[in-house]
Amino acid sequence: MYEFFKNLDRRWIFLLMLLSVAIPILLQVRFPEKPTGLAQNVFDEIENLNEGDPVLLAFDFDPGSEGELGPMATAFTRHCCEKKLKMYFLGLWPVGPQMIDDTINKVIRADFPKLEYGKDYLNLGYKPGNEGVIKVIVTDLRELYTTDDKGTNVDQIEMMNGIYSVQDFELVINISAGYVGTKEWVQYAATPYPETIRLVAGCTGVQAPLLYPYIPEQLTGLLGAIKGAAEYEKLVIDKYDRALGREPDGKYLEGIRRMGPQLVAHVLMILLIIAGNIIFFTERKREARS
Amino acid sequence: MSRETTIWLIVFLIGAVMLFGRAMFTEHGMARMYVEESPREFVDLGDEDKSDWVSMDEVPEDVEVSAIPADRRVSWTSQKTSNYGEFVQQPAGGNIQFSLARSIGVWLAALFTLFVLSFLIKDNPLYKIAESVFVGISAAYWMVVAFWDQIVPNLIGKLSPTLVRNWAMPGLGEDERQELLYLIPLVLGLMLLWRLSPKGGWISRWPMAFFIGTFCGLRLIRFLQADFLTQIRNSIDPLYVTEGGVFDVWASLANIILLIGVLSCLVYFFFSFEHKGIVGKTAKLGIWFLMITFGAGFGYTVMGRIALLAIRLEFLFDDWLWLIDPTDKRLGI
Repeated sequence: MYEFFKNLDRRWIFLLMLLSVAIPILLQVRFPEKPTGLAQNVFDEIENLNEGDPVLLAFDFDPGSEGELGPMATAFTRHCCEKKLKMYFLGLWPVGPQMIDDTINKVIRADFPKLEYGKDYLNLGYKPGNEGVIKVIVTDLRELYTTDDKGTNVDQIEMMNGIYSVQDFELVINISAGYVGTKEWVQYAATPYPETIRLVAGCTGVQAPLLYPYIPEQLTGLLGAIKGAAEYEKLVIDKYDRALGREPDGKYLEGIRRMGPQLVAHVLMILLIIAGNIIFFTERKREARS
Repeated sequence: MSRETTIWLIVFLIGAVMLFGRAMFTEHGMARMYVEESPREFVDLGDEDKSDWVSMDEVPEDVEVSAIPADRRVSWTSQKTSNYGEFVQQPAGGNIQFSLARSIGVWLAALFTLFVLSFLIKDNPLYKIAESVFVGISAAYWMVVAFWDQIVPNLIGKLSPTLVRNWAMPGLGEDERQELLYLIPLVLGLMLLWRLSPKGGWISRWPMAFFIGTFCGLRLIRFLQADFLTQIRNSIDPLYVTEGGVFDVWASLANIILLIGVLSCLVYFFFSFEHKGIVGKTAKLGIWFLMITFGAGFGYTVMGRIALLAIRLEFLFDDWLWLIDPTDKRLGI
C-alpha cells in the first residue's frame, strides 16, 4: 500500500481533482452559505447609500479570472440597480470594457430595462496607465476621461454633471484580478483621501491575504475569492428575492453554485495533504531504521 | 503503437463518437448559439459642414427619405445574444435564429479548453497549438489596444486634436487644445525605439532612466504612506476593547493576537542579534505566524484555481454539451 501511494502517477491525482469538481457541477450540488463580517461590511456600505448616489465601479479583471470575479461583478451591479444608484463603470485592464459590457447586458439590460444609459449608468471604458490613471482621476477625472466608451463627450452626458474627480463618488467598488487593482486603489485613492473616498473590493483568492492588512481603515470591506462572492450573493438575494417571496434567477447564484465543487475539491485536497504527510513521515521513519 | 497511445486513441474515438451522436441524433443537439436580429438604418440629415445621423424611426415626416443620396444612408443588422429557450418559445416569424458563427465560436472555445487541459496528461501538439494561438492573439490584441487607447488619444490626440477628432474620435471635445508639451514623450518614445538600431543603442537608456526614476518616485511615496505609515497606525489598537461600556473579550483577544503577531514577525526579521534565548523563542513564534499566513495564502490560491477549473467545466457542460442548465436558458433540458 505504501509503495503504491509513494509511486502513484500524478495523473491519478489530476483525474481525482477533475472528478471532484465535475461531479458536483453535474449534480448541481449546493451548500448553505453563512455571510461573514467582511461580506456584511461590503453589503452594508452599498445598502447605506441613498437613491441616486453616484458609485464608481472599477472592473479590473479579464476573462482569465471571470470564474472568480464574474459573480461578484453581477452581484455588485444588481445591488446598485436595486438601490437605484448611479453607476459609473471603468476599467484599467484592456479587456475591462468587455467585462463591463457583459455585466451590463446580463444585469441591467436584461432585468432593469428602464435604466437609461447616460442617465442611470455610464461606461467610461478603458484607460491605459495603470496606477497613473488612478493618481490623476482622484483629483481630475476629466483630464483623462474626456469621452465615454462610445466616444461621446462627457460634457454632453447628463449624469456627469457634478462629477469631476473620484472624490465626488459616494463609494468606489473595485473588482480586482491583480495589478493594477485593489492594492493600487488603496495606495493612490483611499489612503491619501480617507475622508472623501470610501473603497470596497472583491478580489481573487491569490490577492486576498495581501489585502487583509488594509481592513478596515483603508478598505472598508473585502470579498475574497468565490467564497466572498457566494456570501455577498446570499445577502443580496435574501434581501431582494427571498424577502419578497420569490426565487432568484440562476445568474445571481453563480458564486453559491460554484461553492459545491469548492467544498468537495477542498476535502480532496486536505485528504491528499494528509496522505502526503503520512507517506513522508513513514519514509523518514524507514530511512532512520535502515 | 505503445499501450498508452492505444488507450488514449480509444478514449478519444469514444469521445468523438459520443459527441457526434449528441450533436446529430438528439432533438436539441448541443453547442448551438442563437441570436435575435434587428435591422438598423440611419440617415444623415445634416449639411455639408456637419453630419447629423438620425435613426430611420426618428426621421421627421416631412423629410423625403428616398431623396437622400445613398452615401448619406447606412444600414446594418444588429445581433443580440439569445438562447435555445427563447428560440423555441418565439412566435412564428420571430427574429431569433441559429447563429453558425457563434456556434463555431463555442466549439473552438471548448476544443481549446480541452487542448490546454491535455497538458496535464503530457506535453503534446494540441497543447502547443493552443499555446501558440493564445500568445499570437494576445500580442496582436495588446498591440491594437495600445495603439487605439494609448497612442491615438494620449499622444496624437494631444499634439493634433483636430486630426484625431476628424479621423478617429469624433467625441473629442471641441475645447481640446494642442499641447506641445507632449512632444517630450514623443521624443522619449522614439529614443526608446533606438535600441532596435544596430548603432547608438545607448540612446534608449536615457528614456528608460527617466521612466524608472519617475516610477520609483511615484511608488515610493505611496508605499510609504499606504503600506508603512498607515499600517503602523493601523497596528496600534487598544488591547482592552469595550463595546457600549461592556468589555468585548473577542475584539480584545483579536487585538492582542495582532500585536503579538506583528512584534514576533518583526523580531524574526531582525538579524542584528543572534536568534537565541528570548529573541530566538519570539522569532520562532514569528515563524509560526508566517507559516499560518502562507497557509492562508495557499488555501486562497487553491480556492482560486478550483474556481477557474469549475468555470471551465461549467462552460463545457452547459454551453457546449448542454448537460446542465443552471440558468434555465434552455428551458431546463
